[in-house]
Amino acid sequence: MAAIGAMGTEMALDQILGPEASPSRGRRRPRFRTWRLVVMLIAGAYFLAPIYAGLKFALQNDANHFSFFAVKALPTEPGFGAAFWLSIRLSFVTVVLSMILMVPTTIYVHLRLPKVRRVVEFITILPIVIPPIILITGVLGSYPLWLKSSPYLLSLMYVILAMPFVYRSLDAGLSAIDLKTLVEASRSLGGSMFATMRRVILPNLRAALLSAMVLTLALVLGEFTMASLDLWETIPVWIVNFQQSDGHVTVAASMLGLIGSWVLLTLIVSLDRSQSRRSLRKTGGV
Amino acid sequence: MTQMKETSMTDTSITAGTTKGAQVELDQLVRTYGQVRALDGFSLTIAPGEFVALLGPSGCGKTTALRVLAGFEQPDSGRVMVDGNDISDVSAQKRDMGMVFQSYSLFPNMSVINNVTFGLRMRHHGRADSRTKAGQLLELVGLSDQSTKYPHQLSGGQQQRVALARALAIEPRVLLLDEPLSALDAKVRAELRDQIRTLQQRLAITTVFVTHDQEEALSMADRVCVMSRGHIEQTASPAELYARPTTAFVAQFVGVSSRVPAEIAGNEVIVFGQHCPIRTGEPLSGTGQNDALLRPEDFGVEIDPNGKGFVTHKSFLGATTRLVVQVGEISVRVDVRSDQGADIELGTHVTAKVIARDVLVAPRVAMAPVEPL
Repeated sequence: MAAIGAMGTEMALDQILGPEASPSRGRRRPRFRTWRLVVMLIAGAYFLAPIYAGLKFALQNDANHFSFFAVKALPTEPGFGAAFWLSIRLSFVTVVLSMILMVPTTIYVHLRLPKVRRVVEFITILPIVIPPIILITGVLGSYPLWLKSSPYLLSLMYVILAMPFVYRSLDAGLSAIDLKTLVEASRSLGGSMFATMRRVILPNLRAALLSAMVLTLALVLGEFTMASLDLWETIPVWIVNFQQSDGHVTVAASMLGLIGSWVLLTLIVSLDRSQSRRSLRKTGGV
Repeated sequence: MTQMKETSMTDTSITAGTTKGAQVELDQLVRTYGQVRALDGFSLTIAPGEFVALLGPSGCGKTTALRVLAGFEQPDSGRVMVDGNDISDVSAQKRDMGMVFQSYSLFPNMSVINNVTFGLRMRHHGRADSRTKAGQLLELVGLSDQSTKYPHQLSGGQQQRVALARALAIEPRVLLLDEPLSALDAKVRAELRDQIRTLQQRLAITTVFVTHDQEEALSMADRVCVMSRGHIEQTASPAELYARPTTAFVAQFVGVSSRVPAEIAGNEVIVFGQHCPIRTGEPLSGTGQNDALLRPEDFGVEIDPNGKGFVTHKSFLGATTRLVVQVGEISVRVDVRSDQGADIELGTHVTAKVIARDVLVAPRVAMAPVEPL
């Protein structure tokens, strides 16, 4: 509205005093547009150039001709299937553990301990400032053998690594709803805490939960340091190990991982949007 | 906005008597937050089917009292009794109290009908029964055609009526209304105010209504409980509260009052040279410095060229005209009939007389200048 008002004033000034008397849109706007375009081009090149280079390399054969040979060869390469399956299992376990741990914690902090939100936020940032190599070295030196010999030790570590992203997603989702009043409304209507969580809180946190899950998944699928030091061959470790045998195939694996994450993200966003649209259509809303 | 259906009461099962009001007793409640005593020995008894408004300024403890009654807050001491049973330790979930919040609090992920059936489903009512009853309640609040919509597709007034239907669906023993009209615009607020009152009277449900708006409290409640700093100043019917406030706080918070320096002479008070009976209420000042608190209608004025007072402000209010009369250093507000007020111009000299049958007297406080009307 302010922008429309300002434009209206400028037009009125143009009419009364002539176009040269008012602050000229003709001089300022094109310069602004040019800068905007330049910034977008630089940012676009920064993000897209490596992806373009990777895709080009993945879709070339040794003679530098366009070919799908690397993509076709990928599933049959030794170790790829096992690494892929391990990454999927670790992702699933990490996502489940993260949600079990973080969803009730974040809701509890919002409901009962709002004053300690800053402290919890600070604690969840720690995995970002503590390098993963320090974390895994400490764990390998102190954890019992039965746990160290299991790949799921990595999931426990990944839950810590994912904490900053999961907490922030959930925190943003909870801040967007009037949690306290919704819970009190549910309780006054006879809802138990479990029913309130299942029927009121979690459905209203759908977008935040999806976002937390996708971020956790992306983190697990891309983590190298901990898996490598714990001597488990996940997809990133397999890519590094196999790189010396065939660069095209490993870059193709990286690109497929990237595209897979995008597809997943797009699917989740579309699912969320189509559900909202369906509910609006069903109710005759706009 | 769709009006509430007056006729639907006869053809639904939601009729007067099915929801039986309970007697509520709040006994010596104390609730502190750090150094602040939000409730300071708060006691109130509410009869079955009675509509009581808790009225007071922000921070007086009215919402805390309601939340303690709902079970969302635990008192430091004191008891909450419903129909003679102590429910102080019963959780909110099991208190059978329907609550309507200021911020609507409808569940955003549920349609209107599912919001209304929520409480019934939590009580293990069948799906079909719940929907039938929810449909009746939605018809009662005039929203039966909106049942499949989601809260974000409704106006504020519609959302609050859904919240009311949802609270009533569980046939609560007590209905709690926490400033339910505050977020609505003036027109919708006035409509909903009448609708809530009509519904409450028909269902005969014990209702506690929290508000800081005296007009709402006086127009809706059977009794109004005026609160200040965690305790009750006065509990009375709206008419009595307005006409016969027993404390200076009530006299000044509810309606308009002018403070006039007064002299005590035995059982009487002398105001503008007139002797009037003292209304019992406030303890008098030990230093003898007291004020009389008088409503605009407690005065009468006569045009008198030799009168000590003169009119400094005048405002037409419809049937009455409000004057501010300056008598020496004192300003008082006076209401006169508008036909009488038409003859009075600014600067007109008048004689002000007290026509009240008794006068509330309170210890003197530093006097603020009278605001123009």
